[in-house]
This record gives sequence, C-alpha cells and structure tokens, in this order.
Amino acid sequence: MENRKYINSILLHLVLIMGSIVMLVPFLWMVLTAFKTISESTQMNPFVMFPSEWRFDAFESVMTKMSFGRLYWNTLVLMLGRVFFAVITATLAGYAFGRLEFRGRNLMFSLVIFQMMVPVQIFIIPQYLIVSGLGMLNTSFALIFPGLVSAFGTFLLRQSYMSLPKELEEAARLDGCNIGQTFLYVMAPLTRSAMVALGIFTALFAFKDLMWPLVVNTEQSTIPLSAALAKIQGQFAANYPELMAASLLAVIPMIIIYLFFQKQFIQGIATSGGKL
Amino acid sequence: MAKQAKLKGTNRARSEFIWGWLFILPTMLGLFALNIIPIFQTIYQSFFKAGAFGRGNVFVGLDNYKRMFADESVWQALFNTFKYAVVEVPFSIAIALVLAVLLNRHMRGRSLYRTIYFLPMVAAPAAVAMVWRWLYNSEFGLLNHLLNTLGFDSVNWISNPNTTFVWIAVVGIWSVIGYNMVLFLAGLQEIPQDYYEAAMIDGASAVKQFFNITVPLISPMMFFVSVTRIIAAMQVFDVIYMMMDRNNPAFFKTQSLVYLFYRYSFVESDRGYGSAIVMLLLLVIMIITVIQIRMQKKWVNYN
Repeated sequence: MENRKYINSILLHLVLIMGSIVMLVPFLWMVLTAFKTISESTQMNPFVMFPSEWRFDAFESVMTKMSFGRLYWNTLVLMLGRVFFAVITATLAGYAFGRLEFRGRNLMFSLVIFQMMVPVQIFIIPQYLIVSGLGMLNTSFALIFPGLVSAFGTFLLRQSYMSLPKELEEAARLDGCNIGQTFLYVMAPLTRSAMVALGIFTALFAFKDLMWPLVVNTEQSTIPLSAALAKIQGQFAANYPELMAASLLAVIPMIIIYLFFQKQFIQGIATSGGKL
Repeated sequence: MAKQAKLKGTNRARSEFIWGWLFILPTMLGLFALNIIPIFQTIYQSFFKAGAFGRGNVFVGLDNYKRMFADESVWQALFNTFKYAVVEVPFSIAIALVLAVLLNRHMRGRSLYRTIYFLPMVAAPAAVAMVWRWLYNSEFGLLNHLLNTLGFDSVNWISNPNTTFVWIAVVGIWSVIGYNMVLFLAGLQEIPQDYYEAAMIDGASAVKQFFNITVPLISPMMFFVSVTRIIAAMQVFDVIYMMMDRNNPAFFKTQSLVYLFYRYSFVESDRGYGSAIVMLLLLVIMIITVIQIRMQKKWVNYN
C-alpha cells in the first residue's frame, strides 16, 4: 500500500513535470535565442541549444531601435490609469448597487450586466470616433479611454458589498454616519480584497490589450509594449535574436511582478475571473 | 411616533436615492458614453458607407449586409473562428480540469506547478505569438529541429492551409490553461472532502471518484468557464494578427472574424462594413450562448 502510494506520487510528478516543460520551453527558447547571434539562431544542429557565448548584442541593438523607457512608461500609464478609474468608479457604483435601495437601480444594473454580455468589438469604432473627435489620438488618455469605467468591476464590487453583514451599516448609522460616511469609513475598507482583485485583473488585461492601442495610437512615442511588438515584427524580419530580445524585454517586468505577488495574482484572477 | 418613523423612513429613502444616484453616476455616464450609445452607433453605422475622402456618411440600407452574405471571406472567417474555438475550448478546459484535480491536494511543489502553469497568462499575447511563430518556423524552428532529430520530416506548422488552425489553437490552449486551472482549483475547493472520504471507504477508484464526484460537483464552474471561453475564442484576434502574414498560404483559411473586422474598420477604413461584421459576430455569440444555456440542464448539476 505504501509502495503503491509512492509510485503514484512519482507518476503524478512525472506528468506535472512534463506539463511544466511544455509550459516553460517557449520562454526558455525566447531567452536562449535572445543571447545568440543570427547565425547561431538558425543553426540546425539540435545539440547547439545554448549560445556559444552569452551576448547582449541583440538587446543592445533592440534598445537603440526601440525606446524601451518610453514603452514601459506608456504601458505603465495605460495599466495604472485603467486601474485607477476602474477601482474608483466601480467601488462607488458597487456600493450603491449592492447596499442602497433607490428607484432606477435595477434598470441601471441591468445595463451593467448587458454591457458584460456584448463582445467588446461592438464598442470600438464609436469609441475610436469619440477619441479622434476629441483630438486625443496618440495620447495616454486614448489608451486609458475604454477603461474609464468598468461594468465588470461594478459587478465584482457589488458582489463584495452584498456579502458584508447588514449590522455594520446599521451600527454606523446609529453612530450618526450619513451614507457617504458609512461608505467611506466603514464599508469601502472592507472590500479591499475585491478592489485588489479588480486592480490586478484590470492591470493584466490592460497590459495584454492589443487591438485598441493599435487603433488609437499610431505614433511611435505613444504606443505601449504590446503594439510596439506588433510593429517590430515586420521590421526585424528574420532577425530572431532581436525579436526574442524585444519580446523578453516586454514580458520580463510583468513576470517579475507576478513572481513576487503570485498569491495575489492567482487569488485576484480566481475571485474576479470566477465571477466574470 | 408613527408619523415620525414614517418621516424618518422617507428621509432615509430620499437620502438613499440621492446617494445612490450620486454613486452610480460616474459609472453610468461612462457606461452610456462608452458602451450603450456606441452599441446603437455601431448598428446605425452598419447601414452606412463612409463617403469619399472619409467625409460624410452615405446611407446604403442593407447593402453592407447583402455584401457580407455574398462575401466568401466572411463565411470562411466565421468557419475559421469556429474551427479555432472547437479545438481551443474543449482542450483548454479538459487539460485545465485534469491539472486542477492533480494539484488539488497537499503535495510537494504544488505552488511551484501552479506558478508555472499560470505563467503564460502574464505574458503579452504579442510576445507569446512571436515566440511560438519562432518555434513553428519551418526552416529553423525548434519544433522541426526536434522532429528532424527524431527522424521525422519537417512540418509546415503555420503555412499549411488545412492544419494551421490546429497549431494556432495550440498557442491559445497553452496561453489559457493556467487561467482555467485557477478557476477550477477555486471550484474544487468548494467540494466537501467528506464525499471523497465516503467514496474511499466504498472502495471507489480515483478515476471513478473523478467522474462521479468531481465532474458533477464542478459542472457549474465548467459551464461558466465554457461559456466565457467560447465567447473569448469567438473573438480571437491577437494570435492571428501576430502569426499570420497576408501572404501566408494559410492566411485565408485562418483569418478570424474579428481580424476581418479590424482590417475593414481600421486598415481599409470601411467602418460600415466593419460594423456589419461585428453585428454578425454579436448574433453568432448570442446564438451560441443561448444554446449553451438551454443545454446546461442536461449536464450541469446544481444543488
């Protein structure tokens, strides 16, 4: 019996390790290629997996062709901007939808739900026309624009407020708090985990967004990482060390953040994704 | 006394009304400006054609729709999108479920495995597509490299019109497994451990436990994940945009509906036609979702 358990455990790890290899090989190949020369990268000898020498040439060349400082900054503004607006508007609306009774509430909330059920492409042309009408193409505002409010975040925060006990609110009211004070001092702080979940979710999907940045920001100096990668692909042609170096530079900050905050990441995605 | 209470009640009601609207105002204003009105604008736009030099709109009635129904590339793109979804959704769900079940126990390395499987989720799809394109490269890619070493012929991974959608879907599966797995792990945590203990006493095998306890009890989460995954798969864009060049022989048989929407709306600036395509997408997604909701009674276990 003990023996069988042992074998089972080894088999289990074997399966999981093989799966892990499949998950990691693309990243590994990205790293290895980025340190090779072009001729090394196209060598067909399978035993030459590693670069003969760890060269930073591809990185140097990519960093002169693309201004990564600018790209990181644009991406950061895109992510933080969307997180800021989504968390604030959704926290306010989530509280009202979850805890207050007022005429028009159900109708308005059904619009929130409706928004979540429609494919986002349906909004893109009119949103683009608004941004271009405002003369705001090629700005940070343009990148953030579709994320100024979040129907999904509103829904998530509403669920979070609904799970809080009613007594808290009543106690605050008896202490003389009005609704605004009750919200600000008593209720909102208790939904911190939902806010963090929404923040992570929003940041991650802002980071991954490709079509919208491609549409609104066409000038080199205003694009985020995702769009920049899309643009260099044609330019660098078959220079795979440079393409991989650029990809690596694009994904590494997020991966580092993820490795530090993996618990928050995974919990944030589990709580928010599970309710989407 | 009663009067006072009533007065207080109305005061409270009024104050909830005012605060309530105040709180939802930013969201509702944004929602109307960014989402609700744009839906109608897109519908409206689908009956128009942008005039010459991008000036003015010309009403063309159902012309965009007529053109769409006669447009072979739209139907092919719709079919391509289905093909992608048919591969991506079931596999990403099945693999993620198995992984979640394997990882849902106290074992060494559990969180390391979870971290690794989730890793592709935090990479930008543009970078993911680029590295997979490199792996798939028919001349110098790692995959053909390995095949040749093992004595097999090279494969045209992403230039064979008949099979490319599978390899594109593999990238989709690889990218999303960790996401589905995390959702399933959350669902598995809700299943009471007693069920498994009872089954063990009855001598049920692990496979039997999986199909008789795990699957029925996780079916609501599976339903949820499959609905959201299909909707997302029907909107596939990034991988296609990044991996398929216009001159790729497999291009026509892999371009997706959203890719076509993007091209017509923003490359060719034919927003009327782009809008008509997005209406088709909306219709298709709605039909699939309704079918899924209808069918859930047959396999989803709520209690």
